[in-house]
Amino acid sequence: MTAPSKEALAQLTPVLTKRWLAPDAWTIKGYERIDGYAALRKALKVDPDDLIALVKESGLRGRGGAGFPTGMKWGFIPQNDGKPHYLVVNADEGEPGTCKDLPLMMADPHSLIEGVIIACYAIRAEQAYIYVRGEAVHAARRLRNAVGEARAAGYVGNDILGSGVNVDIVVHSGAGAYICGEETALLDSLEGYRGQPRLRPPFPATHGLYASPTVVNNVETIASVPYIVLGGAAWFRTMGTEKSPGPKIYSISGRVNNPGQYECALGITLRQLIELAGGMQPGHQLKFWTPGGSSTPMLTDEHLDAPLDFEGMQGVGTMLGTTAVQIFSDQDDVVYATYRWIEFYHHESCGKCTPCREGNYWMVQILHRILAGKGTHEDLDTLLDVCDNLLGRSFCALGDGAASPVQSSIKFFKQDYLDYIEGRRPPMLSPAELVGAH
Amino acid sequence: MPFSAETHSRAKEIIARYPVGKERSALLPLLHLVQSEQGHVTPEGVAFCAEQLGITRAQVGAVATFYTMYKRRPTGDWLVSVCTNTMCGVLGGDKTFATLSEHLGVGHDETTEDGTITLEHTECLAACDYAPVITVNYEFFDNIQADKAMDLVRQLQDGKRPTPSRGAALCPLKEMSIQLAGFSDDRAEALEGGGPGEPTLAGNRLAEQHGISVAGFDPAAPIPSQADREAKK
Repeated sequence: MTAPSKEALAQLTPVLTKRWLAPDAWTIKGYERIDGYAALRKALKVDPDDLIALVKESGLRGRGGAGFPTGMKWGFIPQNDGKPHYLVVNADEGEPGTCKDLPLMMADPHSLIEGVIIACYAIRAEQAYIYVRGEAVHAARRLRNAVGEARAAGYVGNDILGSGVNVDIVVHSGAGAYICGEETALLDSLEGYRGQPRLRPPFPATHGLYASPTVVNNVETIASVPYIVLGGAAWFRTMGTEKSPGPKIYSISGRVNNPGQYECALGITLRQLIELAGGMQPGHQLKFWTPGGSSTPMLTDEHLDAPLDFEGMQGVGTMLGTTAVQIFSDQDDVVYATYRWIEFYHHESCGKCTPCREGNYWMVQILHRILAGKGTHEDLDTLLDVCDNLLGRSFCALGDGAASPVQSSIKFFKQDYLDYIEGRRPPMLSPAELVGAH
Repeated sequence: MPFSAETHSRAKEIIARYPVGKERSALLPLLHLVQSEQGHVTPEGVAFCAEQLGITRAQVGAVATFYTMYKRRPTGDWLVSVCTNTMCGVLGGDKTFATLSEHLGVGHDETTEDGTITLEHTECLAACDYAPVITVNYEFFDNIQADKAMDLVRQLQDGKRPTPSRGAALCPLKEMSIQLAGFSDDRAEALEGGGPGEPTLAGNRLAEQHGISVAGFDPAAPIPSQADREAKK
């Protein structure tokens, strides 16, 4: 294990994660000791439109995967329309590989709460919901406590700090459905329905929760807001790139020595990130990796120097996603990995759109057959054909996401598939071994 | 009356969290609530939710069957969930699931004969930096290989309550369902729980070790007003 280079270390930007080392940062006392709720006091003194302008100016882009400019999203909310406005925080973290929002909510829940109050003030919402993944029980526990503490301190409720502003926050636990991380499925779920995506337009900005203007933002996005309010847009832009500014929590997992959370400037490369994570584990050579969860097409060791920002990843045919960097080595089986991911999409498809519901069902069968040594050359064509029918042909991105691992693994590692099909590699699964999501 | 007075009063409290006329938003927490009393969503549980919200049982059933955390069969006190999504699966989760399944004599979503343990494999639990992970009643046990998982399950079978790597001390699944319905955990020490593990802090430690912080942070940086912005143009 070698020490990271100076260049790699220079990419570290502890901003959102800076409180995590303080063991009591999850309490209001610990939070207030390190700038906590100073941003709220500052924000309440300015016009809400100035806050929207500030977030636009900062260039903050959504941290939940799509990278949509946050300030623009806030600006889409119609004002003086007589309807209630809502802020909904998407805390339904579940994209395979993604593990940044849970640690944030466990270690520093007040940063999310403070961001929520500021965002509500900016978009003129009096009610916010934090839709937290059901399984994330400790995060929900600490969030509920944080809301209670903030209420007792006068930061949540009516007439916040004497400003006349009212904001209430409900922490709402989900019940185990990946699809609810999709913003319109999340809204349906929050309304008490099956979590199935809605057709857009209309968009949530005008017809969101209860058909009212709604902003849906990711946890990390909202938690970034207090820092922008305090430090200003220019400071925020000292990190990252022109088009992808700011700090970002990168979650690196798999075959590295020190997997974990590394908050870095957007635009760091995988080479640098692996250095920060202590290098590859002994005896492991990088083979394939995802830049931002399983829904982002995988890359290989050819892409070690591509910038991990929105544009850089687009440039190499993938997406930044949730910066969930999963590292696999020459000792991992890319066909098996793809099969497991497709089992996941099959299990999590909500069933609304035929291409996704049926496509994933059949892709699981085909991948299983290949791994069982019964695959044919035509199977690869069929897989790609199914992907063509999935991509862009479903209501939401779950279908697109499912095509990603299949298409990208066949693109880069066709030989691995052929080794199973042509009998050079022994079957990995027997037809009876259908352990997994089904 | 199949449900207790306490459950009825909790149901009212849940419904009151949502705007008037939008009571149906309470359905997910209400389904967690009926599980807190019965361990799974029974036909009575479905009827209870329907009655509370003034919707049909079919509408409730359609929702209850959509979500993984609503169980359709009786569950044990301890729900052991093994992540077998790609990263955890490759790093040992697959083997762990097979080992536990053999030891307990149950498959996915099945409960041991004595009714203590329900086993399931689960999709990504958002703890990949701690892979492979399992959870017991949704509390994390990090970096768990098959041998450690066996030890954990034996402890549960012996009536012990092993300590999670992060999060609070274990409580039975029905008690956890009360929290899932949106009620605070009133156990002393529950909030404290275990602190974050090293992977959570990895980047911070490195920054600390090398004295790295982000320069130029001035919490008093002015927020430009519309007039300021126009003047700048």
